[in-house]
Amino acid sequence: MYRYDEFDHAMVKDRVEQFRGQIARRMAGDLTEEQFRPLRLQNGLYLQLHAYMLRVAIPYGQLNAVQMRKLAHIARTYDKGYGHFTTRQNIQYNWPKLSQVADILDELASVEMHAIQTSGNCIRNTTADQYAGVTADEIEDPRIYAEIIRQWSTFHPEFTFLPRKFKIAVSGAVGADRAAVRFHDIGLFIVKNDAGEVGFEVWVGGGLGRTPMIGKKIRGFVAKADLLAYLEAVLRVYNMLGRRDNMYKARVKILVHETGTEEFTRLVEKEFEDTQGGALDLPAEEIDRIAAYFQPPAYEALSDDPPALTARRFEDKDFNNWVRVNVARHKAAGYAIANISLKPVGVPPGDVTADQMDAVADIAETFSLGGIRVTHEQNLVLPDVRQDQLYDLWLALREQGLADANLDHIGDIICCPGLDYCSLANARSIPIAERISQRFADLERQYDIGELRLKISGCINACGHHHVGHIGILGVDRKDQEYYQITLGGAPGEDAAIGTKVGAAFSAAEIVDAVETVVNTYLAIRQPKERFIDTFRRVGDAPFKESLYDKAA
Amino acid sequence: MTKLLKDGKATTDPWTHVADGDDLPADGPVIVTLARWQAEHNSLAGRADGLGIRLESGQSPEAIKDDLARFAVVALEFPKFGDGRAYSHARMLKDRLGYEGEVRAVGDVLRDQYRAMHRCGFDALEIAGDRPADKLEADWRAALGELRHAYQPALRGPEPILRQRHRAAAA
Ligand code: HEM
Ligand code: SF4
Repeated sequence: MYRYDEFDHAMVKDRVEQFRGQIARRMAGDLTEEQFRPLRLQNGLYLQLHAYMLRVAIPYGQLNAVQMRKLAHIARTYDKGYGHFTTRQNIQYNWPKLSQVADILDELASVEMHAIQTSGNCIRNTTADQYAGVTADEIEDPRIYAEIIRQWSTFHPEFTFLPRKFKIAVSGAVGADRAAVRFHDIGLFIVKNDAGEVGFEVWVGGGLGRTPMIGKKIRGFVAKADLLAYLEAVLRVYNMLGRRDNMYKARVKILVHETGTEEFTRLVEKEFEDTQGGALDLPAEEIDRIAAYFQPPAYEALSDDPPALTARRFEDKDFNNWVRVNVARHKAAGYAIANISLKPVGVPPGDVTADQMDAVADIAETFSLGGIRVTHEQNLVLPDVRQDQLYDLWLALREQGLADANLDHIGDIICCPGLDYCSLANARSIPIAERISQRFADLERQYDIGELRLKISGCINACGHHHVGHIGILGVDRKDQEYYQITLGGAPGEDAAIGTKVGAAFSAAEIVDAVETVVNTYLAIRQPKERFIDTFRRVGDAPFKESLYDKAA
Repeated sequence: MTKLLKDGKATTDPWTHVADGDDLPADGPVIVTLARWQAEHNSLAGRADGLGIRLESGQSPEAIKDDLARFAVVALEFPKFGDGRAYSHARMLKDRLGYEGEVRAVGDVLRDQYRAMHRCGFDALEIAGDRPADKLEADWRAALGELRHAYQPALRGPEPILRQRHRAAAA
């Protein structure tokens, strides 16, 4: 993985001192809260319902064991012994003290981590496919470019006061989108053109929130050397023309929508003509320098499906299920990508205790060459596991309560903090997730239902991605009561779609039954091997509406 | 009291901002709005003393690109510090439009923005309040020095890290 050089180290160190100074000036009254707010936000420090919250960046979702131990240490020392992995490859601490934040940042800097631009109206942490570098279906490793973008966007002087936050995601996979790329302000797919050169397909204006939109493709190919010049052109157009009169219309998706994709593209191209070939040209040496950090490790010559694995799968049904559901193909024969579900029954999705973090660090060193990934689905990945060690890995995970075999099933819920933590929430979301996971706790039942993505947000800001859930749940306020609306048919990936509302909202008491009704309706009408989303696409929402509402009437 | 911080020095500002309804002083350098420039273009162009123009954050320098040689100052407004359009406008003026006069920031200009403004090409900052000149200059030096390096190229400031790395590698 990428290692900081002297410059990167100096950058995060200086940033900690700068922030320490800003906190001191705030405490001395030289900065008003209004002036301090964007400064703390650009360092990931939010004021939540009960306390400050610190959001730490995990660029493109990659961690090593040493960093994971540091995250555990921070959870234990400065917080209440746990952390929360988010949908944007960040980790949040819910209870830090303002006076200790600079010390936490110092701790992070010592392991090449930071909280820079994890919030605020600037370019946020750049995310990537969690299988980057280890999946067979990849043109090039997106982490190389996510790192280049991380550096270019860090303290960019022109783009620290954008109309609104700006999120970039990169994927290098062919045919699969594991990073919800089309729901980002800029989504980049690594592609090959007809001449065989590798470059980027650029999508702009995707996003969730109160106006969910799928991004628009504005260019089929940008050469590597032009990547930063092109990004800068998009950002400049956005910075100058994005709406600033209404916070809810300030994202680039609204600008693209109101300007029209064609006109927006023309403006970007005009800007790009001026920037291309200038100081922003990305030298091949720099790409090579960064790519060198992401060279694959020396894999041993092994073969797929070793007898040791096959035998264990045959003997142990639970293990076999875990392999079938949570383990993915690796590009190197004899290796595997193992997903750790952070969705055990009854635990807030994405929450991990400090002890579990330490255990994952140890496990990663023993079984995965020390590497760990964080996913936008709020899970972890061990990217480099030998297939003949999967069984031992599974035993070790099981001991930590981390061997749930529910990836991409109804138990694998994405859920925002909701009213338990968040000052913007209409309703609690974590308890709903817990109750749904309890209702569907039986794994055999989950397997019978098959792939089903359920996502919950506590309000229309959609931090829990409900718009792109096969089943989405949105917390709404109805006469001061917590209510929940159901949307159906959303999808985050290569088959991107935004879900549609089925009808009136349900009370907290009714919502879990309603979800079960939706699932049972699907089970009754599906064709053999048809996934929930495919059934929905075939039949539309009528049967679901009928079973949810007509019966009651 | 507004002070002018120009190239890091606190100076007395020779320029007068003239609001739209106000009469133009008979002489002395003045900064007028875009609206006044467009309306009184001919008489303004004949003034002996310096002429500057002030753009709101929603007014693009594209609007004056053919007249730039007439202005010794282009003042870009920050109505709120969070309105960052003028950063792009400053770069456009210097980078694309080749403007060589003074670009200054006016409005809600805060210490924590000095560095970004400097890097985007602002030459001068108008600073409200009664902070003494020596303190302002110290603020300026501190703000510029807080981060030793910069990753991305800009109009000013440290040599981008990218270039430093590969210079070191080539040597
Ligand atoms: C106190 C906590 C939080 C607050 C106040 C908050 C606030 C917001 C707001 C206002 C938006 C809408 C932005 C827009 O559409 O322009 C948003 C979107 C979003 N938030 Fe949060 N959020 C919080 C926590 C989280 C957490 C914990 C996660 C991850 C689990 C998260 C992930 C997201 C994501 C992925 C979006 C996506 C919408 C998009 O970018 O299109 N947020 N948040
Ligand atoms: S979706 Fe709403 S309730 Fe949930 S974290 Fe985001 S802002 Fe808070």
